[in-house]
Amino acid sequence: MTSQGSDLSRRRMLFGGAALSAGVLLAGCTSNEQAPTAAQTKAAAAGANSEPGKKVTIGFSAPAADHGWIAAITNNAKAQAGAYSDVELKSVEAGADAAAQRAALSTLISQKPDVIVLLPHDGKELNAFGLEAMKAGIPVVNLDRAFPDAKAYRLQIKGDNYGMGVAAATYIAEQLKAKGVSNPVIGEIPGIDSLELTQERSKGFVDTLNSFGLKVANRRPAEFTADSGQQAATGLFQALPKIDAIWNHDDDQGIGVLAAVNQANRKEFFMVGGAGSKKAMEDIAADNTVLKATVTYSPSMASSAITLARLIGQGKGMSDLVELQVPKEIVLASETITKENASSYLKLGF
Amino acid sequence: MSDTTPTAAPERAAGLPAQSPPVDPAETAKAEARPGLSWWSGDRGEGAKRNLGLLATLVVLVVIGILTRPDLYGDANWVWGNTLTILKLASVVGVVTVGMTFVIIGGGIDLSVGAIVALAGVWCTTLATQSYGAGGMIFTALTVGLAVGVVNGLLVSYGRLVPFIATLAMMVAARGLAAEISDKQTQVSNDSFINGIATAKLLGIPLLVYILAAVVAAGWVLLNRTTFGRRTVAVGGNPEAARLAGIDVRRHTVLLYALSGLCCGIAAIMLTAQATSAQAAMANLYELDAIAAAIIGGTLLSGGRGTIIGSLLGVIIFSTITNLFAINGLSTEAQNMVKGGIIVAAVLVQQVQFRSLTQFLARNRVTTT
Repeated sequence: MTSQGSDLSRRRMLFGGAALSAGVLLAGCTSNEQAPTAAQTKAAAAGANSEPGKKVTIGFSAPAADHGWIAAITNNAKAQAGAYSDVELKSVEAGADAAAQRAALSTLISQKPDVIVLLPHDGKELNAFGLEAMKAGIPVVNLDRAFPDAKAYRLQIKGDNYGMGVAAATYIAEQLKAKGVSNPVIGEIPGIDSLELTQERSKGFVDTLNSFGLKVANRRPAEFTADSGQQAATGLFQALPKIDAIWNHDDDQGIGVLAAVNQANRKEFFMVGGAGSKKAMEDIAADNTVLKATVTYSPSMASSAITLARLIGQGKGMSDLVELQVPKEIVLASETITKENASSYLKLGF
Repeated sequence: MSDTTPTAAPERAAGLPAQSPPVDPAETAKAEARPGLSWWSGDRGEGAKRNLGLLATLVVLVVIGILTRPDLYGDANWVWGNTLTILKLASVVGVVTVGMTFVIIGGGIDLSVGAIVALAGVWCTTLATQSYGAGGMIFTALTVGLAVGVVNGLLVSYGRLVPFIATLAMMVAARGLAAEISDKQTQVSNDSFINGIATAKLLGIPLLVYILAAVVAAGWVLLNRTTFGRRTVAVGGNPEAARLAGIDVRRHTVLLYALSGLCCGIAAIMLTAQATSAQAAMANLYELDAIAAAIIGGTLLSGGRGTIIGSLLGVIIFSTITNLFAINGLSTEAQNMVKGGIIVAAVLVQQVQFRSLTQFLARNRVTTT
């Protein structure tokens, strides 16, 4: 008891020391600010739709993931909203899981936005929220991860996961045919295997390869990170002493896959990436790695979602279409980027 | 007799201590000071027996590999390359596991190791740090790892937080800080020296394997041939008795977490070199890999016992299983199930050993009185 006073003060001092060292750590923090994604936004195009109209408040929510693609989604949405004088963006971070996102979204609803744009952690888990918001008269624009219930959204805009697989397989099959390779050995490095989007990508890949009479020899999933990509690729190289082609689903993990290629000194195959990161496009354009193509899954869909949410809020349609209102569903095409067209896609890289 | 038997310290988390016999630090110190029955376990026989079991497991895994892929194992070049690949895959987690082994033997747990690797990794690849070159990057990674370890240790020892809670909080916070510093982007390392660490070879053996060997050797010497090691066992076995024996338990605990953090800093450099980049989500679940490897290596989760060689064998067994599943094209889900099964089996074996030991002691006591 008697020692409690001095004990406490000593403890306080040590906590102070801990806090101080944390402060020093923070002060040493050097920023890695990304360049603004101006090229991935589009507001100034001439035409009646871009002219300032009724003021629209858009509520926005996306997971605070630590992946480049998700970061680009949020950056693009903010930049695109900033490009319109008549749009106010109310953004909430979605937290770590579906429950946290639901909580964040309920604070968003209480601010009564005209439209809500969200990239759900999981479309199935947030379907009920979509229904609730739509019932309350707030149109919901779902980004990327579909709601199973059609009444839960006004518009769904997403990438084409199955199409990515189709595009990658088509490119690989055509290249192999052009090279005259018979019985090619094809490897696949998907991302997180439990995600529906990964399963769709793989299905598109396998279905299309089958239609060419080809199959996947080995498949090692990674976790969308460079270090996991490096390890998955290392495993693949051990299993297959000779490879003709690899599809790696994600360009971020592709950094690790390319590192593994160098470390194992394996250059006998060509690789196709996925998503379309800036670095992948630069590598493809430079043509000095095994990466010869990537199939897009562009985060620019967030910019498009904000544009369309604004039109929905203003009751306008897409002026190029005959329809008076914005369509209910838009699926982006997965395009194939090669050395020939990399320069024109570079501005969409993230 | 029971009067002099040191009782388990009250602040220790409840785990297995009820089944483990109380360790007398003085006796442990004496035993550790003796050149043990086997140099490669640093233990009095039981660890050596256990390590033999782990080696046998490893042999079985290799035999399964030979039987399932005779085409690959028929090529001597491939076999040598594959062995090096397995060791390379084990190297990063192996370095983390050495630090983890010390923390667990000392009666704690460090759930933040994966997050520390990520934080140290992204910090050493930030553009500003990269502009100082490889020296600056390595210094940054080691300093960040050490600093976070020290904070962990202070929270546990002087802040009196339960290790599980303190390091759980650090696990979340360090990943958050890593995401902040990296701006949620994958940071590419442009330094050829750093990236070269993953490709460099000496006498045909990758540098990463030498780093692992050096850390394991240092850890073995530290645990088995120094006062620090004896104190670690004493602190983990019975902190109250250790305190009465004149060991500064709090200071020693800080040092253990600092050591773990430093190992994470080393691992961060190795992993960054391998992936030629770092990001906040890297080294995902390394804490579980390291704990699992230490446990199947014979480290007692409640502290007071464990060997560095056992932990190393644990890591190599896991990377051999990964390799076995990869060369056979089997799914990672099945691989994780097998890993889970091995962990359960290892702990069951451990418990059975302890149950028979305590029963033996109980019987002995009855006959003498």
